[in-house]
Amino acid sequence: MIVCITARAAGTDAPVEQRFGRAPYFVFVDTETGKSESVANPLIDAAGGVGPRAVQVLAERGATVLVTGQVGGNAARAIEAGGIKAYAYRGSGSAADALAEYTAGDLQPL
Amino acid sequence: MKIAIASGKGGTGKSTVAANLACTLSRSREVALVDCDVEEPNLHLFFPAPATDVPVTNLVPEIDAERCTLCGECGKFCRFGALAVLKDSVLVFPHLCHSCGGCVLVCPQGAVREVPRTIGRVACSRPLSRLTLISGVLNEGEVQAPAVIKVAKALAEGHPLILYDASPGIACPVIETLEGSDACVLVTESTPFGLHDLRLAAEVAERVGISAGVVINRSDGEDAATIGFCREHGLPILMTIPFSREIAAVQNRGGLVCRDLPGWEERFAGLFRAVLDLPGVRA
Repeated sequence: MIVCITARAAGTDAPVEQRFGRAPYFVFVDTETGKSESVANPLIDAAGGVGPRAVQVLAERGATVLVTGQVGGNAARAIEAGGIKAYAYRGSGSAADALAEYTAGDLQPL
Repeated sequence: MKIAIASGKGGTGKSTVAANLACTLSRSREVALVDCDVEEPNLHLFFPAPATDVPVTNLVPEIDAERCTLCGECGKFCRFGALAVLKDSVLVFPHLCHSCGGCVLVCPQGAVREVPRTIGRVACSRPLSRLTLISGVLNEGEVQAPAVIKVAKALAEGHPLILYDASPGIACPVIETLEGSDACVLVTESTPFGLHDLRLAAEVAERVGISAGVVINRSDGEDAATIGFCREHGLPILMTIPFSREIAAVQNRGGLVCRDLPGWEERFAGLFRAVLDLPGVRA
């Protein structure tokens, strides 16, 4: 299973970013192999419509779980249609911390 | 003759000038007044009358699921996020679409077609015996103001004298309004904000290639900075309206100073003559 965590920088040590569509980085972690890959978000300076476009980035990489602060209405519709489950992480920890909380079942669905 | 009234800064008095100019000119000739501030049209408040609505539609994509292979080309192309290609479906967000038609062109399967969708309307009325009011109204939550402005302007075509009341700012809706105009009246106020945005609006008029002049509204008599700027940029000052409680009171009850206060009809007629005297306008 591939989990995407929104982050302010690359790597699992980076702090979690609360915004979804305008997060600087998407950190993808394969929970089976433990491997991670950070993708710079090309949409941070886009004018609008970033939510649905960011969901496409997740869909392309096969993510089925998203951990972020919150998502907007358009993104929520695309996340649901794309079969992705979104969870809220409101803490100030790293992507790795957020993943650990998700794995432990401590995060609420968005 | 097409005259656009613009400002840059909001609240300087574009609609006041447009409504009074239109009312004054309609005493002696046919006038079409077009409210191009489609996100917040307000000229109907000065000219209440029953209106006929013309719907405005744009084209948005519709996906043929039978033909679509979910290749993702349309989603990658759309910079507005109006199409999201997911694992087993393509989601369309019509309110984000700018109707560029690119998704139809990039689809290798011919699976995208365009269908009309209502985004607003144009209300046409005849509030005075020689005045036609054409108000563009963009539906709430929609983004394509220029599409509604285009239809409103098209409906006014053929009138010998047309006034366009632009929206504030200098973005696409204002440029759409200015295009094809013969002259531009820039309404400013004697504040630093008024001057700051006058600079921007004057540059837009210059780039679009339209002869412009300035109306200073709510003047407190200390307009040296504005006058200096106008002189430097060759912008004639067409009219100065003083900061006055009497004018504000007329305005606040939806009245027109050209009708309710003595001397103002003549002054707005003078504004029109000054516009005709702008370089290149009468040619």
